[in-house]
Amino acid sequence: MDDAAVVVAFWLLALLTLGSALMVAMVRDLVHAVLFLILSFVGVAGLYITLSADFVAVVQVLIYAGAISVLMIFAILLTPRSGRDNAAVSYKAPISVVAGLVGAVIVFVALKTDWATVQEDDRFPSTAAAIGDALLDPFVLPFEVASVLLVVAMVGAIILVRPPEEEA
Amino acid sequence: MIDLEQVLVVGALLFSIGLYVALSRRNAVGVLMGIELMLNAVNLNLVGFARFVDSPRPIDGQVFSVFVITVAAAEAAVALALAVAVYRLRQSIDVDRLNILKW
Repeated sequence: MDDAAVVVAFWLLALLTLGSALMVAMVRDLVHAVLFLILSFVGVAGLYITLSADFVAVVQVLIYAGAISVLMIFAILLTPRSGRDNAAVSYKAPISVVAGLVGAVIVFVALKTDWATVQEDDRFPSTAAAIGDALLDPFVLPFEVASVLLVVAMVGAIILVRPPEEEA
Repeated sequence: MIDLEQVLVVGALLFSIGLYVALSRRNAVGVLMGIELMLNAVNLNLVGFARFVDSPRPIDGQVFSVFVITVAAAEAAVALALAVAVYRLRQSIDVDRLNILKW
């Protein structure tokens, strides 16, 4: 891919991501919000590809656009009366001021800091193999802890939604 | 050519939109959506750092984002289970009215 195409793709995907994130903030119906959220997740996956992180992009599509959004749709449908209704959102103006200030501070720091960057065009020849090596060499302990965390979260989620009458 | 600052600015905008969603939604699932958007912004920054910052092991940023995605998946599962459990108790998951710990 040549440079211009990557830049155009990056900005189009950034527009898609931020636009659908804004729609998540604007729409009232939560099901519509989840659909825009999926679009935003896919846009972020595209941004990962333009940053030559193909493995992370695939993981993003599988876990965020696939699993987490389906979980959210299930949660919305399992909580019917409150699920659809996002009624009058209170305190809108202060919230947008807070969010805008936080965003402005992050942008300011990001632009003012002198990052030690390098431009290497073929920095990651194969990310999946490199990530696998990193997971099993310097990051073994976090990797194992993450698997324990997933088991604990799964058991916890099952116990939380278990019907109360089944308690022995 | 894309550079690091552009990625960070997109990440910052995504983060502030996520913060707005998390603070303005009254439905617990909506709050969770905002949190997921913020986690996505963080991941985008990590991947951007992995791509552009001068480092002996540049892949580490992508490994971090894989860990963040793992933790986000666990967190979403537990949070949505909590939402369903709270709904069974109160027939509502409006976070403004969740005051059962207050007396």
